[in-house]
Amino acid sequence: MNAGDTAWILTSSALVFLMTPGVAFFYGGMARRKNFLSLLMQCFFIACLVGLQWVLFGYSLSFAPDTGMGIIGSLDWLGLRGVGFEANPDYSGTIPHLAFMIFQAMFAIITPALIVGAFAERIKFSAFAVLILLWTTLVYDPIAHWVWGTGGWLRDLGALDFAGGIVVHVSSGVSALVMAILIGKRLGFEKKAFVPHNLPLTVLGGALLWFGWFGFNGGSALGANGLAANAFVNTNTATAAAGLTWALVEWWKHGTPTVLGIVTGAVAGLVAITPACGFVTPMSAIIIGIFAGIFCFLAVTMLKPKLGYDDSLDVFGVHGVGGIWGTLATGLFAEVAVNSAGADGLLFGNAKLFLVQCVYLLACVAYAVVVTWILFKIVDTIIGVRVNRKDELVGLDLTQHHESAYTILE
Amino acid sequence: MKYIVAVIQPHKLEEVTQALEEVDVNLMTVSTVLGRGRQKGHTEVYRGVKEVGTLLKKVKLEIAVNEEFVKVTVDAIIKGARTGEVGDGKIFVLDLCDVVRISSGERGGKAIG
Repeated sequence: MNAGDTAWILTSSALVFLMTPGVAFFYGGMARRKNFLSLLMQCFFIACLVGLQWVLFGYSLSFAPDTGMGIIGSLDWLGLRGVGFEANPDYSGTIPHLAFMIFQAMFAIITPALIVGAFAERIKFSAFAVLILLWTTLVYDPIAHWVWGTGGWLRDLGALDFAGGIVVHVSSGVSALVMAILIGKRLGFEKKAFVPHNLPLTVLGGALLWFGWFGFNGGSALGANGLAANAFVNTNTATAAAGLTWALVEWWKHGTPTVLGIVTGAVAGLVAITPACGFVTPMSAIIIGIFAGIFCFLAVTMLKPKLGYDDSLDVFGVHGVGGIWGTLATGLFAEVAVNSAGADGLLFGNAKLFLVQCVYLLACVAYAVVVTWILFKIVDTIIGVRVNRKDELVGLDLTQHHESAYTILE
Repeated sequence: MKYIVAVIQPHKLEEVTQALEEVDVNLMTVSTVLGRGRQKGHTEVYRGVKEVGTLLKKVKLEIAVNEEFVKVTVDAIIKGARTGEVGDGKIFVLDLCDVVRISSGERGGKAIG
């Protein structure tokens, strides 16, 4: 047991927690004023709902000893039975098992919170609550088990995902795309631009994400050590490169850099470096960041309009595309010289890792897409996922929560 | 010349502006206002305390038109804003004495469009 490691993981857990309100403001500022509270509510609600789901049974499904096929954890740790002060050497030998559990809880919370940007401004709250609980249990928990749980089939295959590029970002990103397509476009989409109602709040949210991400990636070293420092440095470096790249590309293509652009680019960089940050050097992080800025910019400004889906706040364009790039980039840029527990990537003469990363990507994308599609259809049949036309026009704040974000007179 | 003032539901603004565009009425001033009519407000609840808004958010349009545009303008607003329920709003038509375009100094009907 190591006091420094324990202190860093508990601190990182708090940092990662802050990402959920961070993403709420990041998204909320981009929404129209009549739907601002609904986005804050959805993220806060997830923090409560998944915070309980995780300690009751989610952690057991993801991390308890495998049931035999590498697909899902057992129910041995239901209600945190046996998860205590002692370390669990399978995951981390130097911190209390409870510290590892709560660090992972924050990942389980932020992941569904990322999705809310896809169905923003048109989802019925009751359907949202059911859908998120099902998604966390049947999509997130199994994928987390495959990659990180003892006996998980992808963990045994040798796939590298330092802090959750696939588990968190690709899973939420592709599921978001499925949900955005199934729920349909917002009323008036394509006829006019939906102008962000408060970009300063989006900047604040983006900055909180950046801040929290130091815990997300740095904490994933599961110790207060050089590897954590490497992940921390890579996180900052790739993010800087991606934010700057987005702004420059915009400057070149549209004549001026924008605030929303640089913040979005920074988030794309955070996403892309997530799977790689513990396996690559800071110079590789710069390249990963630059391409994250370019790929996500293309996805958001060209792919989306071309295909015509209404992924309202670009969950797929940023988290899906950024996560896919980061996962592949890990297969290119990883170096054993950085992390002896990792592997060399394609650029260092090892093609196998890149292939494993591709398998990893395909398996998780296919699983997330199919299960999300089924869950959505079930909830849509029983409850109805979309609000009615009038409620959508009046706004979700008033119709779903009986509150409004702003007053006109005192 | 007439000065048309319309108070409508905020979520109907888009349909109204679209209907106005269709009859070639493109100039207007728009503001968010609070008002009270016969419509009951949305109930808002803050920590259990109910607030039945007696003042509701509305959108006010102000449009200056020449006589031949009065009817089409009023009809377009009705077309865009009507749901048939209480709370759809009102249209007021006022006489307009004069209009001045500040940039050129033009006055009257010439300055209106």
